[in-house]
Amino acid sequence: MTDSIAVNWPELFQEQALTTQDERLRAFYEHGTVAGNTPLSDVPFVSLDFETTGLDAGSDEIISIGLVPFDLNRIRLREARHWLLKPRSAMKDESIVIHGITHTELNDAPDLNRVLGQVLEAIAGRIVVVHYRYIEREFLNAALKKRINEGISFPVVDTMQLEAMLYRQGVANTLKRLIGKKQESIRLGDSRSRYNLPHYGQHHALTDAISTAELLQAQIRHRYSEITPLSHIWV
Amino acid sequence: MHAEQIEVAGFLKQYPPFDSLPDEVVDDIACQAEISYYRSGHDIYQFGDEIHDLCVIRSGAVEIYRRNGDLYNRLSEGDLFGQLGLLMNNKIRLPARALEDSLIYFIPEALFTELCDRFDAFAYFVEMDDNRLRQAISSKQESNDLMASKVTRLISRDPVCLDASATIRHAAQYMTAEGVSSILIMQAAGSNREDDEPEQSVVGILTDRDLRSRVVAPGLDLDTPVTEVMTAEPVTLDEDAYAFEAMLTMLRFNLHHLPILENGCPVGVLATSDIVRYESQSSLYLVSNIMRQTSVEELAQLQPQISACFVRMVNEDANSHMIGSAMSVIGRCFKQRLLELAEEQLGAPPIRYCFLALGSMARDEQLLMTDQDNALILDNSFDAEKHGAYFEALAKFVSDGLNTCGYVYCSGNIMATNPEWRKTRQEWEAIFADWVENPDPEALLNCSIFFDLDGVFGKTKWADQLNTFIVRKAKRSPRFLASLARNALSRTPPLGFFKGFVMEKDGQHRNSINLKRRGTAPLSDLIRVHAMAVGSRAQNSFERLDDVVKAGILPAGRENDLRDAMEFIAMVRIRHQALDVETDRDVDNSVEPENLTDFERRNLKEAFQVLSNSQRFLKFRYPYTRK
Repeated sequence: MTDSIAVNWPELFQEQALTTQDERLRAFYEHGTVAGNTPLSDVPFVSLDFETTGLDAGSDEIISIGLVPFDLNRIRLREARHWLLKPRSAMKDESIVIHGITHTELNDAPDLNRVLGQVLEAIAGRIVVVHYRYIEREFLNAALKKRINEGISFPVVDTMQLEAMLYRQGVANTLKRLIGKKQESIRLGDSRSRYNLPHYGQHHALTDAISTAELLQAQIRHRYSEITPLSHIWV
Repeated sequence: MHAEQIEVAGFLKQYPPFDSLPDEVVDDIACQAEISYYRSGHDIYQFGDEIHDLCVIRSGAVEIYRRNGDLYNRLSEGDLFGQLGLLMNNKIRLPARALEDSLIYFIPEALFTELCDRFDAFAYFVEMDDNRLRQAISSKQESNDLMASKVTRLISRDPVCLDASATIRHAAQYMTAEGVSSILIMQAAGSNREDDEPEQSVVGILTDRDLRSRVVAPGLDLDTPVTEVMTAEPVTLDEDAYAFEAMLTMLRFNLHHLPILENGCPVGVLATSDIVRYESQSSLYLVSNIMRQTSVEELAQLQPQISACFVRMVNEDANSHMIGSAMSVIGRCFKQRLLELAEEQLGAPPIRYCFLALGSMARDEQLLMTDQDNALILDNSFDAEKHGAYFEALAKFVSDGLNTCGYVYCSGNIMATNPEWRKTRQEWEAIFADWVENPDPEALLNCSIFFDLDGVFGKTKWADQLNTFIVRKAKRSPRFLASLARNALSRTPPLGFFKGFVMEKDGQHRNSINLKRRGTAPLSDLIRVHAMAVGSRAQNSFERLDDVVKAGILPAGRENDLRDAMEFIAMVRIRHQALDVETDRDVDNSVEPENLTDFERRNLKEAFQVLSNSQRFLKFRYPYTRK
């Protein structure tokens, strides 16, 4: 787990750029990353969302990737990307219920290895934003290890974590939990409605990526400021 | 290739103007959009900001402001804003602020322009949207009510009336029983009444204050007829008037009660308290200011305030009727005050007279930069040797004064200073009768001025009577109407100009359109012919149109075309003048095409087309037969 604010990300990227074998991954690291003291208003973000065949990064696989670049002012749909991917192991039927992607649709889809260059290029130099960090970073890491024998690591901003800090910490929340009171949900849809963001359909990788980007803009507008350093919110 | 934007496209397809676009176009819009989140209370655009996107509210609410900070409109989910800025040199004129936490979709300018070019419905919607906003806001906004609402909306109860034969005691008892502070005194019209006048008319008004000062204080017998203490021939207002006109009238005459009439019959009495409830507009105090000045020099110093008042009304989205009325009231006040000053200087008039306003002021359609057109009606006892010098001096004083105050001399010399336009009541009737009976070209030349007349000072009732005389006479003279119609066709709308302009896209077209000479003036000429044909006594073009439409002589379904055309041309002219004032240029009526927006150009062309069609209809209705 690289889940620590103590990591010196720019330095880590430089090191990785020297040792990485795969040229696509090396290009990603060579792009470097944003320094932790950069004010949020200057940070180029990219919101990233995966649909997977299950929740275990070790055995389940990515079947769709959605991403959209944005900054504090604008989410740029023109630059949004969406891929369907063919899983290497058979897809479990119950996951179809969740994301609605069918076997037939995936039969013609490429393997992640064929689009990896494009995916990495789209997120290179940007700070990846996700809702619940244990999916995207873990799955991408596992998928790369399977294909190119090298893992990947990068800083992320986790909008669910930011909500959790507000609603799952502190004395008041501990008391709530102790007396068995219902806690605020920090799921994407529920978090969005707290900020007056509209209801979007979920479990479509691109829609969820846009949803997450909007949520981060709202969180920053409400609880941080343009000059808050990135290191306050990345993990 | 774009990634599909299900949510954004799905949302847009629910709302106009996107709901009328092909699906694939909306899908493309969704793919090119940008999104941003604004916290409640935060600015989205400030005045003067550059704007390069059309904004669609996805969630939340946004308020649009005027430059002075007043609320202009409140928008919610699915509403658009920013189109005005995009259509006007990419500058924000009306700042926008998030009222609630809001998510905004931004559609880039290049795409917006492309959509306007490709889809008429889209272009129409975004361009018309501003009008839609204005209509929405005038019904919504308190501070605008005074400007937009008719005086009848302020009336809270039916009028309380009493016959003129009643005693003071009777009146006081009735007022107490009804709980009113004023009562209207009515009298059956005499045997020589005009046949289109009501059977009973208001001959006076009695108020609480009158009972105190004219009855109790002098200790008058309570069986005295009410007619002895009432205010006879009170100032009244027509039900068509706007609330702000009522306020102007009350300020001007220092009235606390103002009877409102519908075709001469009272429909209510407006009390000061009814007006006080409304926010006062500082521009209205200009009128009371005019009446307080004690010299021509002081009056002339108020001139900048007229322009300021005009610009303020334009910015407050008053319509052309309101602006025309307000400017006319102000112009009239200048005349009235000058006449008061003249009488102070020259002494009381030897005989009674009525000072007339002619043309646009009489029609309540005055704007900035109008010359003075005026005349005098003199009592029939006028004797040139005895009284001539007085009225010459009076006319000179007023005319010079008006010129000093910015109402320049009439180039056609239609002014009371011209002895030809100082006539007795009999002489006026004779000359109008002659014009109607022998409509030679020369007589008709002045018709567009003289056939709009209004008494502004002195025995103003004489002006009404002269009007009635003219209307009756004209209505019965088909040959005169045909000549007048012929005359109304002499000024054609500049349609060829637009054709030329459309072909020459390089902007080198140096010509300009005189919106008064080629637009509003021929329209009011045309409307006057119809109005005279149906015996309308209204002076204002819009009010005349009401009468003409009621009479049903216009081709079915086209009734509103003339009104819309008049309003549109007048408003372009008005906005052009306001811009001249704001940018310190000489105010005129000529508009250069490069200063028009596409929207204005297209709609002006349409308005001129309406004028052209209406002229053709007039020609058809009044075929001219040369004897």
